[in-house]
Amino acid sequence: MHTIRVIPCLDVDNGRVVKGVNFVDLVDAGDPVEIAAAYDLAGADEVVFLDITASSDGRKTAVELAAAVATKLFIPFTVGGGIRSVEDFRDILREGADKVAVNSAAIKRPELISEAAGKFGSQCVVVAIDAKRTTENYTGKDVTDIPDNDTPRAADTGGRWTIYLNGGRVDTGIDAVEWAKRAESLGAGEILLTSMDKDGTKSGFDIELTAAVADSVSIPVIASGGAGREEHFAEAVLKGHADAVLAASLFHFKELEISDVKSYMRSKGIVCR
Amino acid sequence: MIAIIDYDAGNIKSVEKAIQSLGADCKLTRESAEIVTADKVVLPGVGAFGDAMNKLNEYGLVDTIHRVVDKGTPFLGICLGLQVMFEESEESPGVSGLGLMPGKVLKFSGKEGLKVPQIGWNSLTVKTGSRLLKDVYSGAYVYFVHSYYVDAEDKADVIATAEYGETADVAIEYGNIFGCQFHPEKSSSIGIKILNNFVNL
Repeated sequence: MHTIRVIPCLDVDNGRVVKGVNFVDLVDAGDPVEIAAAYDLAGADEVVFLDITASSDGRKTAVELAAAVATKLFIPFTVGGGIRSVEDFRDILREGADKVAVNSAAIKRPELISEAAGKFGSQCVVVAIDAKRTTENYTGKDVTDIPDNDTPRAADTGGRWTIYLNGGRVDTGIDAVEWAKRAESLGAGEILLTSMDKDGTKSGFDIELTAAVADSVSIPVIASGGAGREEHFAEAVLKGHADAVLAASLFHFKELEISDVKSYMRSKGIVCR
Repeated sequence: MIAIIDYDAGNIKSVEKAIQSLGADCKLTRESAEIVTADKVVLPGVGAFGDAMNKLNEYGLVDTIHRVVDKGTPFLGICLGLQVMFEESEESPGVSGLGLMPGKVLKFSGKEGLKVPQIGWNSLTVKTGSRLLKDVYSGAYVYFVHSYYVDAEDKADVIATAEYGETADVAIEYGNIFGCQFHPEKSSSIGIKILNNFVNL
């Protein structure tokens, strides 16, 4: 039986996990390798690492991160953050990562998705999407110019969510559902979908957004942003049609255990490992 | 020393790191002499059947692998490394596999709305008594990434199956020949146990 995956996400800056982690039994609470290994023991199905290192060494630290993690983590893992080229994919996959997540660079140059998928296979190409509800009087006029991307704008399609660049700082005006469909057609193997409206609120995933995207593509969608209770995870799967659910601080601060999330999902008839 | 055959297949470092984590001495190599004299040999692999056979031929490793198997060295194929042990694959018609085992490699039909490739955790139905899957029980979850699956001719060689629209033969054992379709190096404690079983043969 195929299973729904529960995925903890770690933000890593210069090789250290940030956003505070309080795994009590860890020697070093900032070491991504140790934290990831603890998540493996806790029942995580995969781990996502987002390298948020701002310096120009970003790519190098992501490669080093992948190499270090692969020595101790024996479940699949994804590395994202600052990925710009096919070479970035190659270097990170070669060190033992299973997938690479790309966000801004793919919006600026969508061909990166097809190039990476052609070279390494769709299974390792994750397109991360930061989406936010459009405001009612949205005109699309203040949109940042993204000349290479001709994916339809939300303002033109009547779409309800637009995607953001550079860690959520720049609204592209591009329709989130259209972008997900385009990413799939270019060869993406998976969509990591974060609701910027819900992120950090602990009020539940954006079910409408998740369902709108999941129902429009046939590749797996990872729901992200807003998890606060066990019910939220089950809802993302049953109503949002997500194939996987992701959370960060909720697991880091031990507000919820992965095993509790899985027990609850099983009680709702969802198959988990 | 455990030789991990390096023929440009993807993701072989994960296999190396997992075996190293068990404290075993291993080496990535495509040197025939080194592979033939190794205590154990692992054939990893991610990619297409035809490409893999082309590379094995290009590096002169087909004969090397037959020598390894003939002299009784424990030989483990992982993922595509399992598939190329068979005679042929629907992925690359006309390309001969290593032919270590009778049987074919078929494509998942994707029926019942199942996505192809299968990417993710799936549970095993295990036949007891195998050495590779010692202390691994039916219902254990392991991690898969594949579009094609093995249909072994002699089901006596099959030590585990998994359901994905079809019943796939996902682990085999015949004398000194072992194989698994899933990735033990990515299958958490169950996968590490399987690799440990192989290392300690």
